Amino acid sequence: MSESSALPLFSPSVDPGPSFADVLRRLAPHQLPGAGVSGPSTLEIPHGTTVVAIRFAGGVIMAGDRRATAGYTIASRRIQKVFPADDFSGVSIAGAAGPAIEMVKLFQVQLEHYEKVQGDVLSLEGKANQLGQLVRANLPAAMQGFAVVPLFAGFDTARDRGRVFSYDVTGGRYEELDFQAQGSGSVHARNWIKASWSEGLDTDATILLAINSLFAAADEDVATGGPDLVRRIFPTVAVIDTNGYRALSDEDVETRSIALLQGPERGGQES
Amino acid sequence: MSMPFYVSPEQVMKDRADYARKGIARGRSLIALECPAGVLIVADNPSRTLSKISEIYDRIAIAAVGKYNEFQMLRVAGVRHADMKGFSYSREDVSAKELANAYAQTLGQVFTHEMKPYEVELLVAEVGAPDDDHAEMYHVLYDGVVMDEQNYSVLGGQAEQIIESLKEQYQPGLSLGDALKLGAKLLGTDGTPLTPDQLEVALLDRSRPRRAFRRIKNNELSTLLA
Repeated sequence: MSESSALPLFSPSVDPGPSFADVLRRLAPHQLPGAGVSGPSTLEIPHGTTVVAIRFAGGVIMAGDRRATAGYTIASRRIQKVFPADDFSGVSIAGAAGPAIEMVKLFQVQLEHYEKVQGDVLSLEGKANQLGQLVRANLPAAMQGFAVVPLFAGFDTARDRGRVFSYDVTGGRYEELDFQAQGSGSVHARNWIKASWSEGLDTDATILLAINSLFAAADEDVATGGPDLVRRIFPTVAVIDTNGYRALSDEDVETRSIALLQGPERGGQES
Repeated sequence: MSMPFYVSPEQVMKDRADYARKGIARGRSLIALECPAGVLIVADNPSRTLSKISEIYDRIAIAAVGKYNEFQMLRVAGVRHADMKGFSYSREDVSAKELANAYAQTLGQVFTHEMKPYEVELLVAEVGAPDDDHAEMYHVLYDGVVMDEQNYSVLGGQAEQIIESLKEQYQPGLSLGDALKLGAKLLGTDGTPLTPDQLEVALLDRSRPRRAFRRIKNNELSTLLA
């Protein structure tokens, strides 16, 4: 923080407007995500792995596994990778965990700040572009090994449907038609979703599809954590529909995950 | 070379204070009332779009009377200040007291050092979490004086008369509807209450889990006033 407790007043010609990231850039640039990175990373830093976003009839489901890895070590068993961005959208992260969580925090403040200063909510597309700019601003850090690649999804109240956006490290923003996965296990998760997704799935079926796709990713990818029955750690799942963003409770996800035990994977014969 | 006339500091301050007070007295008043639901702010404001009451942070709102462009600038500065603090430290560390002091510093500084003082009066209000009944109201004057007020706070030209009436008519434990009716009545002239289209109303709603601020308008406003 600029250590003064005085109000941040700007003359009209340099006023940062409704962007909190710009206020931060003026007053405390050292607090921006990725600030201070000056050389390639030789450290093993925690990385988040697999997240998915799937559109369904009433909105979008976002889900993520709970594992963070640093090299071959498990850095965290219960990291959270799916966050609310505001009332009608969510963001999930893959990549360097530290800068990614910082970026989510900044993004949340950015959206609320806009709303308070402007007295109006950004369009879903406007929010998606804002996140793209934050990813773009992190590019110098990404080049040094601190890449952050989020997924953004939300319910577009103007168009009355769910929408999914993905990003590359340069801040390139791509709207996905139906679903997307990101992170080390994303190929497996995406293939799983691709095989079963169809237009018009309901909420419960889509939640199950998300949980199963993460299980499939954990099955094939060491960096993705599967359901942990011993510690009762299960994926993070959020539903975004006309009622807004709602994270499922741990118990709810546990009940749905337990259904996997009765699924086809159970009886598979290892040869 | 002409000599400037000597003007005593007392006279300078008095002139500035008169100037600011005149500007503020021209504006319409607003009333904030503590009630079990939270802090209700009722403003005499016929505009649908240029508001006098706004959200600053999770549990904090600001209301102002006076010159619109000036309090607009102070409002945005308050949002930036609060968001910076919440981002650097934690959301819990943002408080109305600290914000009121920051406003007081700025207003005081401008009052003594600039050509023209701000022609504004501010109210910074905060409600506690859903399970605690605490509320704070800070009334900040054009010259940086801060007052910590309980139960009610009134800003603007008619403040003195309204406070006289409130002393008799305010009671703790007012329902939301009663508090709103009381506010509308006292802002009106000769006992005729203001109608919904002359009012801007917002509530720091204690029962809401995070962002407490919400506007009361249209149907809800008419129903509560009926």
